[in-house]
Amino acid sequence: MEFETVIGLEVHAQLLTDTKIFCNCSTKFGGTPNSHACPVCLGMPGVLPVLNKKVVEYGMKMSLATNCTINKSCSFARKNYFYPDLPKGYQISQYAYPLSEHGYVFLEVDGAQKKIGITRIHMEEDAGKLLHDEHNPVSYVDLNRAGVPLIEIVSEPDMRTPTEAADYLKRLHEILVYLEICDGNMEEGSFRCDANVSIRPKGQEEFGTRAELKNMNSFRNVQRALEYEVKRQQYIVENGGKIVQETRLWDDAQGVTNSMRSKEEAHDYRYFPDPDLVPIIVDDAWIEVMRKELPELPMAKRERFVKDYQIPAYDAGVLTADKALSNYYEEVVRLCASPKAASNWVMGDVLRFLNEERRDIRNCPVTAASLAEMIRLIEDGTISGKMAKDIVEEMYKTGSAPKTIIAEKGMVQITDEGALLKTISAIIDANPNQLQDYRGGKDKLFGFFVGQVMKATQGKANPQIVNELLKKMLAG
Amino acid sequence: MISKQEVEYVAHLARLEIDDAQKDKFTSQLNDILLYIDKLNELDTTGVEPMSHAIAVTNAFREDRIMDSLGTEKSLANAPDGRGEFFRVPKVIE
Repeated sequence: MEFETVIGLEVHAQLLTDTKIFCNCSTKFGGTPNSHACPVCLGMPGVLPVLNKKVVEYGMKMSLATNCTINKSCSFARKNYFYPDLPKGYQISQYAYPLSEHGYVFLEVDGAQKKIGITRIHMEEDAGKLLHDEHNPVSYVDLNRAGVPLIEIVSEPDMRTPTEAADYLKRLHEILVYLEICDGNMEEGSFRCDANVSIRPKGQEEFGTRAELKNMNSFRNVQRALEYEVKRQQYIVENGGKIVQETRLWDDAQGVTNSMRSKEEAHDYRYFPDPDLVPIIVDDAWIEVMRKELPELPMAKRERFVKDYQIPAYDAGVLTADKALSNYYEEVVRLCASPKAASNWVMGDVLRFLNEERRDIRNCPVTAASLAEMIRLIEDGTISGKMAKDIVEEMYKTGSAPKTIIAEKGMVQITDEGALLKTISAIIDANPNQLQDYRGGKDKLFGFFVGQVMKATQGKANPQIVNELLKKMLAG
Repeated sequence: MISKQEVEYVAHLARLEIDDAQKDKFTSQLNDILLYIDKLNELDTTGVEPMSHAIAVTNAFREDRIMDSLGTEKSLANAPDGRGEFFRVPKVIE
């Protein structure tokens, strides 16, 4: 039987505010456990949570960037459950009236644009962190993270392959990072993803029973977990079994998903409106202020790079995948005015060095100004492209400017025709047999003479000038 | 109408231990409350916006400015089982 996979994703993004969503405690990661805590985020009785305005504004920005309709009025609800990382016994979230709904993003699937629907975006608070004792039946609770603002972005079940799911996730990730509202760090958990996945016989309209996957902390793991889960479900169905609706945890080391046997029976969160928090009314004027603050988004930037810089869509994709990288590239182009050469050097050399060391473009030793200078030196004939390869590597190692390296290593290209003429005639004199053969019609020997000149000048001769002079002199 | 099973279920979700006599008592009391609330259904509320808050205030915001937290020592002061920098709790792994 042929199956179709159906995937929907729930993404949680920690917002880059200075303070928590309902109190003035710092959101800083990695402080002494339980130091960024106050009566509100500790869940003391009688306290009053007050909403951080920036959380609403960041949520609005993400909503606009993903084509969601922002609701005129929204409000908070209590999601009730007991777990030690949740001191109040409920999480403040949004339920019936979320911040925004009905959005979408586009993915490229098989060369065509595919629309992935976004059901809703809502605001909520993060829970604390639990550390489990390996030897004793106890856990340790750190509430520094309790109350850190999150937005949850819920997609429609529109993805049909694990690759589409990973692409969608990357799209959301790059938008959040471009908006500078989330640092996107998956390992530290500031960008998390749960996946709902089911299969159905091809052509069938209704959805199959789904499993919810958790604990995937990289794009690669999301894709691997989904691939495994699809195979697992197919195996069960093909062998006459039934899929159980359950939550499954991805085990990275084993490469499998395992059922997370829930002690709580069916999730019954008994949502109700939180009486401590008043409704949020968003008018058009506020939306317009937020819209004006939106930066150029990755998709728009990609299109502009292709159009204005005449570089291939693939190059534009690589250069805009990271906002800092795209800024770096544009700075190089501004200073050297050669978009194509800039793209080749950034993608071919600079990125390769950075990737080898898993280093970020923000800490790149080769500044945009240095790289632009080097490109200008190639274009005015001071150095050859071959020399530049060595120079850029040296620039990366030492952080020096290209001119400094050229001076230190005596790498300037020889463009002095008089000097080159002398070298060439010496070579011709030393190789009478080759000269005779060349003049007798063996054109291929031209390369031999070029090689000899380059050898004699340690590769410093300007190739165009050598070609011209050799042609003249060999012709006799 | 609310059944005794539903009372048991809700009590469990709220982690409340109640004995059999209490279950019967709460079932009957809760049903009385529901009957009373049902009276409201006799009113015609067509065109009336649902209300989630008793006060007519909206957009109560706070600026994103850090203020002093309690710090670890004070945060743990009332904990029944504070250990070092942490709250210690019975292990719960789902």
